[in-house]
Amino acid sequence: MTLTLDAKIPSGPLTDKWNNHRFELKLVNPNNKRKFKIIVVGSGLAGASAAASLAELGYEVEVFTFHDSPRRAHSIAAQGGINAAKNYQNDGDSVFRLFYDTVKGGDFRSREANVYRLAELSGDIIDQATAQGVPFAREYGGLLANRSFGGAQVSRTFYARGQTGQQLLLGAYQSLANQIREGSVTLYNKMEMLELVVEDGRTVGIICRDLISGEISAHAAHAVVLATGGYGNVYYLSTNAMNSNATAIWRAHRKGAAFANPCYTQIHPTCIPASDEFQSKLTLMSESLRNDGRIWVPKAYDDNRPPGEIPEAERDYYLERKYPAFGNLVPRDVASRNAKLVVDEGRGVGPLKNGVYLDFADAITRDGRDTIEAKYGNLFDMYQRITAEDPYDLPMRIYPATHYTMGGLWVDYDLMSTIPGLFVLGEANFSDHGANRLGASALMQGLADGYFVIPYTIGGYLSTFLGQPPLPTEHEAFENARRAVEERTRTFLSTKGTRSVDYYHKELGKLVWDNIGMARNRTGLEKAIAEIPALREEFHSNVRVLGSGDSLNSSLEKAGRVADFFELAELMARDALHREESCGGHFREEHQTAEGEARRDDENFSYVAAWEWKGPDTPQELVKEPLTFEHVELTQRSYK
Amino acid sequence: MHITLKVWRQTGPDATGRFETYEAPDISPEMSFLEMLDLVNERLIEAGREPIEFDSDCREGICGTCGLMINGQAHGPQRATATCQLHMREFSDGEHITVEPWRAAAFPIVKDLVVNRAALDRIVEAGGFITARVGSAPDANLIPVPKESADAAMDAAACIGCGACVAACPNSAAQLFTAAKVQHLNLLPQGQAQRWSRTQEMVETMELFFGSCTNYGECHEACPKEISLDFIAMMNRDYVKAMLTNRQRDGQKKVG
Ligand SMILES: Cc1cc2nc3c(=O)[nH]c(=O)nc-3n(C[C@H](O)[C@H](O)[C@H](O)COP(=O)(O)OP(=O)(O)OC[C@H]3O[C@@H](n4cnc5c(N)ncnc54)[C@H](O)[C@@H]3O)c2cc1C
Repeated sequence: MTLTLDAKIPSGPLTDKWNNHRFELKLVNPNNKRKFKIIVVGSGLAGASAAASLAELGYEVEVFTFHDSPRRAHSIAAQGGINAAKNYQNDGDSVFRLFYDTVKGGDFRSREANVYRLAELSGDIIDQATAQGVPFAREYGGLLANRSFGGAQVSRTFYARGQTGQQLLLGAYQSLANQIREGSVTLYNKMEMLELVVEDGRTVGIICRDLISGEISAHAAHAVVLATGGYGNVYYLSTNAMNSNATAIWRAHRKGAAFANPCYTQIHPTCIPASDEFQSKLTLMSESLRNDGRIWVPKAYDDNRPPGEIPEAERDYYLERKYPAFGNLVPRDVASRNAKLVVDEGRGVGPLKNGVYLDFADAITRDGRDTIEAKYGNLFDMYQRITAEDPYDLPMRIYPATHYTMGGLWVDYDLMSTIPGLFVLGEANFSDHGANRLGASALMQGLADGYFVIPYTIGGYLSTFLGQPPLPTEHEAFENARRAVEERTRTFLSTKGTRSVDYYHKELGKLVWDNIGMARNRTGLEKAIAEIPALREEFHSNVRVLGSGDSLNSSLEKAGRVADFFELAELMARDALHREESCGGHFREEHQTAEGEARRDDENFSYVAAWEWKGPDTPQELVKEPLTFEHVELTQRSYK
Repeated sequence: MHITLKVWRQTGPDATGRFETYEAPDISPEMSFLEMLDLVNERLIEAGREPIEFDSDCREGICGTCGLMINGQAHGPQRATATCQLHMREFSDGEHITVEPWRAAAFPIVKDLVVNRAALDRIVEAGGFITARVGSAPDANLIPVPKESADAAMDAAACIGCGACVAACPNSAAQLFTAAKVQHLNLLPQGQAQRWSRTQEMVETMELFFGSCTNYGECHEACPKEISLDFIAMMNRDYVKAMLTNRQRDGQKKVG
């Protein structure tokens, strides 16, 4: 049986859809709310905000995170800021403009209705965060300050120094802590969800492993919310935290949740280039730096002079040259691809010739060192600590790195996946960013989902189950799922092969980066599809996981995550191969204009590609959700 | 570089631990300290020995997950630097390095170098929040916040909750952490309504788990975010005021 996708977009004019829908959704009365149990997996921006809001409404909420504290979720690392259409700068911003920029930035591969709702809710997020005590940057008069970000010509990004994600997450975590104190949220930390339990076509709970004791337990609820983050670590090297992984969404996919647009991954243009083969992760330098830094490489090939000795006339400020309207502030995909082009040409800089310069000399001359330090001090310090070079004197060296995944579990307008009762929030869903996410929009989306969307939409689902208790965990659906998890754990421990989990993760990462990275082509993708399963086989028969299952064992944790990355990588390659067009982060070399820009094929590919699991030995089946555009005109994105 | 490591190994919370020595040849100065440990672990796995458990996540110095005592110093020798951002170029070829977990009664050891820091979360749950129901917030620009207050609050809010302050303190006190959390909110206009209850409840919860402060100042020296000791002074002042204010409020409650 093939899945049918119903996005359940409310009818009516774009501007009224969300309002009308909120009115039409069935409500659960306050006394009945406490009879409903909701499991939230993940305590990042999306999970913490959802859990706190649902608990405030009166639902019984259980939060699971593999971190030791909710505050350590990967959202903490977001640096640059969060967008909102407040128009505090009086520079022409509006809900419609944020909507338009996001649809265009996503290269016309997202749903208009979802994006419009996101833009509408953006202002409320800033209000909520401010009320919680998030110390956003302020002007001298005490009002909020803004900066600009790639892909926009207005200043709509709110920020807290270079630590916006940290501060927003602390705000959400504090609200969560408030609810934990009230007894309306139970927190399970150091608990990893390893299986979704589905019975009678409906989500009934999860199976978790306690990472400290190794105990495997079942948890039942009326609905499960996954807010488990993105899958960028499929590349091994990325800007994601070491432990970010796809297991929660992949396990759900295997239970029937369609996976949408897996090939849409974002490569961030401004990261510190790798320094050696032992590199364990890549560090992002916030995109906000592109406000003041100028990107260049030497005009000559193999120019070995230090940057200060290369005269102005012998430098190529290639973004300013090619895209005069947006200059250094072109969207991420465009900036990344252009960096790859100049490095591939042999004009890269640094000891490994794997970077481009991001130069602050002009900004320092113009605004003074103090101003630059006030804006970016912590980023400059971070850069210096990692590279031992002083960016006040020498230009930074940067290069693109995997950063964000636009793909994820397919959800309808209510954020419900194709399994009833399973909701997906934040980076884990395929969301609102189409084929490319604009900077400062992930925080916005995660918080919109958690604070303002799920509290309404989940009620509509739950209201039909009034009076029904959650399925008892003694039920065989839970027993079977628990046994499957135990079996998997035992298998990893008894394989007793010769190579570590990290070895296989690195090998997989190389394959994915080389073939499903910044630029893709048929040959590379076919190679990936052929080689990934072979490497996966070898992983399963030759991995070495030492120690036992009944105490903290990080190799064992990683083994399960890497096993899931293998399956996901293969699906990414097949999705990328089937999409015979270039759009956003998905650049197919066969489909480019004469100037080397992405060429979309709206006639044939204006749809969401959702993949349905068909069993371990059968490839997933493609199901299409057509995209229609009524309010924006499909154009070739131009940032010239 | 060639490094000799003396590492604390302990199989579980109740087991007795011991130091083990590992030779680490061929270490590149460009590696981070944790990448060096990754490599040591790879070699251990190759040799069929259980790898060393240690915590880390973002490796950018912001999540607060990592934290090691390196040669007796919390987060090692470099100022204002979390363990994950420490690089091997800070050490010299041939050096002997001792690596231990955070040591504090409130942070029981989970395994090897990993400790349980849940007590810090208990302090936040006691009052480290502003109660602001979703949906009820006024426009963000309705209450201007003087830039100085916002900046000072941000200085406090920069705390990453790693626990280095506790590990570095001879008394295992958590004053710096608690003060950072309390003052982040107490310094803002939005935080005034719960200021006195927050201060008292957080301080008293802290005292349930942690030792008392005798002004050594080691916490500040170890702090990767250089949180100022001034926040402790401000918290102490607020605590005294809170005791009086809360007593008065409670009294009024009884009368009313
Ligand atoms: C370095 C960096 C900088 C960034 N800067 C910005 C920025 O300036 N602006 C912007 O808008 N976006 C930015 N982003 C993107 C943004 O930070 C993320 O997309 C967003 O924070 C994701 O939030 P989330 O809540 O969806 O997931 P996360 O914050 O990743 O949280 C995932 C949660 O799920 C839990 N979890 C996962 N799997 C399981 C499981 N199986 N069992 C139990 N728990 C599980 C984890 O413990 C964690 O609590 C940045 C990203 C990076 C990497």
